[in-house]
Amino acid sequence: MTVAMMPRWMMPLAVAAGALVALPLAATALRIDWSRLPELAASPSALDALGLSLRTAAVATALCVALGVPLGFALATWRSRAKPAVRALVLAPLVLPPVVGGLALLYAFGRRGLVGASLHAAGVELAFTTVAVVLAQTFVALPFMVLAVESAVSARGGHHEALAATLGASRSVTLWRVTVPALRPALITGTVLAFARALGEFGATLTFAGSLPGVTRTLPLEIYLQREADADAAVALAAVLVVVAVTVVALAYRPVVRRAS
Amino acid sequence: MVMGLAAGTGCASSDGSSQLTVFAAASLVEPFSVIEESFEAAHPGVDVVMVHAGSADLAAQIIEGAPADVFAAADEAQMAVIGEHAAAPPAVFATNTLTIVVPRGNPAAVGSIESLGDPSVVSVVCAPQVPCGASSARLAALAGVALVPSSEETSVTGVLSKVAEGHADAGLVYVTDVARRTGVEAVATEHADEVVNAYPIAALTGSDQPDLSAGFVDYVLTTGQEALDAYGFGTVQR
Repeated sequence: MTVAMMPRWMMPLAVAAGALVALPLAATALRIDWSRLPELAASPSALDALGLSLRTAAVATALCVALGVPLGFALATWRSRAKPAVRALVLAPLVLPPVVGGLALLYAFGRRGLVGASLHAAGVELAFTTVAVVLAQTFVALPFMVLAVESAVSARGGHHEALAATLGASRSVTLWRVTVPALRPALITGTVLAFARALGEFGATLTFAGSLPGVTRTLPLEIYLQREADADAAVALAAVLVVVAVTVVALAYRPVVRRAS
Repeated sequence: MVMGLAAGTGCASSDGSSQLTVFAAASLVEPFSVIEESFEAAHPGVDVVMVHAGSADLAAQIIEGAPADVFAAADEAQMAVIGEHAAAPPAVFATNTLTIVVPRGNPAAVGSIESLGDPSVVSVVCAPQVPCGASSARLAALAGVALVPSSEETSVTGVLSKVAEGHADAGLVYVTDVARRTGVEAVATEHADEVVNAYPIAALTGSDQPDLSAGFVDYVLTTGQEALDAYGFGTVQR
């Protein structure tokens, strides 16, 4: 695999981009009260929130894979004039302020919501439950998966698939043996982005799921709350969140980097 | 933050006009817009710019050097956070008390604070870490009720909107919040008058127009009391 050549004038811009992200993170690291970090990061409320965040983000990511991959495929292979409109709709959660996303979820699944009212009548309550956290995270993270899969599928010609079909492979066999391996980098990218977005989710969760320790208070919500009383604690917890996210991303990206080199 | 930075740049300009930037708690939007207008009318050439946000956000911005002339906080703890940035000892200019809030029509027939200890009633309150939550905990203790909330919100706005939209049957908010929001009503709350939340105000050391800043603080403590009273705040005798 050859690596694309980069014009020299791009270099300063790339450095600027890196600095834009790295500077605020470095500034945050400088603010951390390292002597208190272990105590703050290992407090029962922080561990509760981190555990809840990891569990809900993992489930939300699994849902994004299970639902987002088929939707990405559908969008890439669907030939219709309605396609741009449907794509815009699916990607709306990327643009919606998360608080509005949370309101939208309430209007749909809340006690007085479009679907929620019937669920309420049947004795099923979603708001203020851990399920609501997962729904909110899936809602905001799904577009990353859909987008990654759709662009990767669109960028591939159907050549290899057509070849497999002439050799007698069924559509499903072709999918698992030909398409999915070829899409692996895109699937990994989509999964990592979806997980990161779910892990950092704040606004929609707060609005739709509320904030109760151990039930709906994920780490970002705990950080927001801690900041009211103790900014040092909030910064320490944010460091934990960043370290967890960076570790997950690094682990997930490693195989792709190795393949490329 | 951006608003605050942009607003604070033009203080005493060459044409004799000046700009006074006031950082005020989000719950003060309505009375302070009235005070802004009347203060400007009484001080020609002065443009008062109100920046409203949660007191904790505002306090953090002041510490980080945001160009504000006056800080009006929703509780004394957040005023204490800015410490030496206050040019003079902060003065209490208003008070607020808690009330039970329910969706209009009171669907769960919430009659007293006892209902907030009933697991079959979906209730939301502020988390104990934020001012309204600390007050709620004190109120519950006075009433001898163990709260069983479905959610501990990070702001009183969160409680209010969940009740207003009917996702919760009851919540605890400030008296002034009920008046600001449609779709909700207050339920008489025992012991509420024993838990009083005080709003302090102070001119800031970062102000390059200390007389005007002190003048605004004084105005809120005197003439401004009428506007605060009109929006349901407890006023202070001078």
